[in-house]
Amino acid sequence: MLTSHLSDTRYSSIADAKRTQLNISQLNVSIGQKPVLRDINVQFQSGAVTALLGPNGAGKSTLLKALCQEISTPRQCIQLGHSQLADWPRSDLAKSLAVLPQHASLTFPFSVTEVVAMGLYPLTLSKKEGDILVDQKLAEVGLTHLTKRSYPTLSGGEKQRVQLARVLTQLSQSPFPPILLLDEPTSALDLAQQHRVLELAKHLAHQQAYTVIVVLHDLNQAARYSDQLIVLKQGEIVSQGAPTEALSVDIIREVWDYEPVYIPAPQGGHPLIF
Amino acid sequence: MQLSRWLWPGLISLLGLSCLLSVSTGPVSISLIDALSAVVNWATQQNIGNIAPHEQLVINNVRLPRTLLALAVGAILAQCGAVMQGLFRNPLADPGIIGVSSGAALGAAICIVLLPNTNPLMIPISAFVAGLITTLVVYRLASSPTGTSVVLLLLSGVAIAALAGAGIGVLTYLANDMALRDLTLWQMGSIAGAQWIYVSLCLATLVFISWRFHQDARALNALLLGEAEARHLGINVDRLKLRLILLCALGVGVSVAATGIIGFIGLVVPHLVRMILGPDHRQLLPISALLGATLLALADIGARAFLPPAELPVGLVTALLGAPFFIFLLLQQRSKLT
Repeated sequence: MLTSHLSDTRYSSIADAKRTQLNISQLNVSIGQKPVLRDINVQFQSGAVTALLGPNGAGKSTLLKALCQEISTPRQCIQLGHSQLADWPRSDLAKSLAVLPQHASLTFPFSVTEVVAMGLYPLTLSKKEGDILVDQKLAEVGLTHLTKRSYPTLSGGEKQRVQLARVLTQLSQSPFPPILLLDEPTSALDLAQQHRVLELAKHLAHQQAYTVIVVLHDLNQAARYSDQLIVLKQGEIVSQGAPTEALSVDIIREVWDYEPVYIPAPQGGHPLIF
Repeated sequence: MQLSRWLWPGLISLLGLSCLLSVSTGPVSISLIDALSAVVNWATQQNIGNIAPHEQLVINNVRLPRTLLALAVGAILAQCGAVMQGLFRNPLADPGIIGVSSGAALGAAICIVLLPNTNPLMIPISAFVAGLITTLVVYRLASSPTGTSVVLLLLSGVAIAALAGAGIGVLTYLANDMALRDLTLWQMGSIAGAQWIYVSLCLATLVFISWRFHQDARALNALLLGEAEARHLGINVDRLKLRLILLCALGVGVSVAATGIIGFIGLVVPHLVRMILGPDHRQLLPISALLGATLLALADIGARAFLPPAELPVGLVTALLGAPFFIFLLLQQRSKLT
């Protein structure tokens, strides 16, 4: 339903765009004396969804924060395109890398359109062009009927779609396939909405060559919607690869300390775990 | 938008009207027409409309500076209130309520009492420095990763106002009679006895902060989404916050040095404007400036008209109007606060 209007022809050949966008090598992060990420080596491909999994405190959110420069990292550890992430000018980076917030509350009664228009901040557009872009992104996420509504009065799912439209607006002038980070995007949503947002993330990766990196708790959702899984435990990568490879009974037992019921690939090629 | 089309001309005419009213009101009664001619005379250095010399003198030396000071301070305070509410992501932030005005007042009082013969510009400078320190302290006390806590914000305001009040109290014991009278009147906020030097200083400050605030209006909108979100949009949030805090401290410091503590303009005006136009700072700030200027000019007329020929400090008038509004806001937010 959300994905039907989406069309984008900026990146003429998706296959050309499919290459490593973000490269993390030998990343170590400590908060105070405590190491929270240890020797992380990952490559994120454009055109793929990568899910970050792991129990609470495993370092998933820290890794995401390192990617959006929310915490400082050693300069040479993260590379975006041809240069170090830390060397990117703030305003250029904002055009190509965006974060969908977990819960974005707003005290002041901005309208839906005004919130989406905040995504125009890093762009250089005339007022008219900006208005057209905002309308287009509102239509893409299926919110045209809510444009005049005040943001604080929306439901959790509607708020998230507004934020998504804002983030897509922000990324709309990226000179190369953009990077979208999602921090537990399903936490405030009901079942149908959870699948809808993940479906959209997958669509953006597969059809528009986005590099999508998403923190998830639900192993089944991760297995179903992602192309690459990264399983973290105590700041270290325990397992990574395609869903069928990276999640095994042994890994789940080791990482979550839980004895799962694991049904290999009943449908659609991904395992069912509960 | 329909509303904003007549809002600008409407507010500007209202502003003009209150100016004229303000120039014509007082112990020497001058008609509106004469007041208008006198203002034109002052501006063009001519003599039209047969204004008596003493009336022209009253207007040039008393009423005009007073009116202009009310306009400038009203516009400054309204904008600083709007910006502080955005910066603190908290609709109850106001320079008076969170203690910044009191802090600035203490700074100015120290200067008045302890350095009686200093350059008159030292008073606004020390008010600015003290206001800046107060803003930073309140911000540190009340901020948390998700914004600022209303309760902590108001309580730090109470604590700082008490502290500054005590400081000013101690200073009153050290002050001579002249300084004492100044100090008392000035703690209640008064535009009477406006001097041209302060009028120019306030107008210059108004132009400067309005220009800088306007440049940051879009960033301030984005800041309301949250600091992390603003950062992801490419905004240097730490620099933005520091810049806005400095500008607010400057605005409040200069206003307090010129007129004493005038409360609630910074609270009431942005709220009214948000109710009509929504919270977009690109419109909120200039419209708040216009409405703030008009409101303080009207309050000053009220202060003069209440018990003529005596007059009330204008801070009392704004408090009488603003405090009930504040209580109304508290009631509205009660479910969120407890």
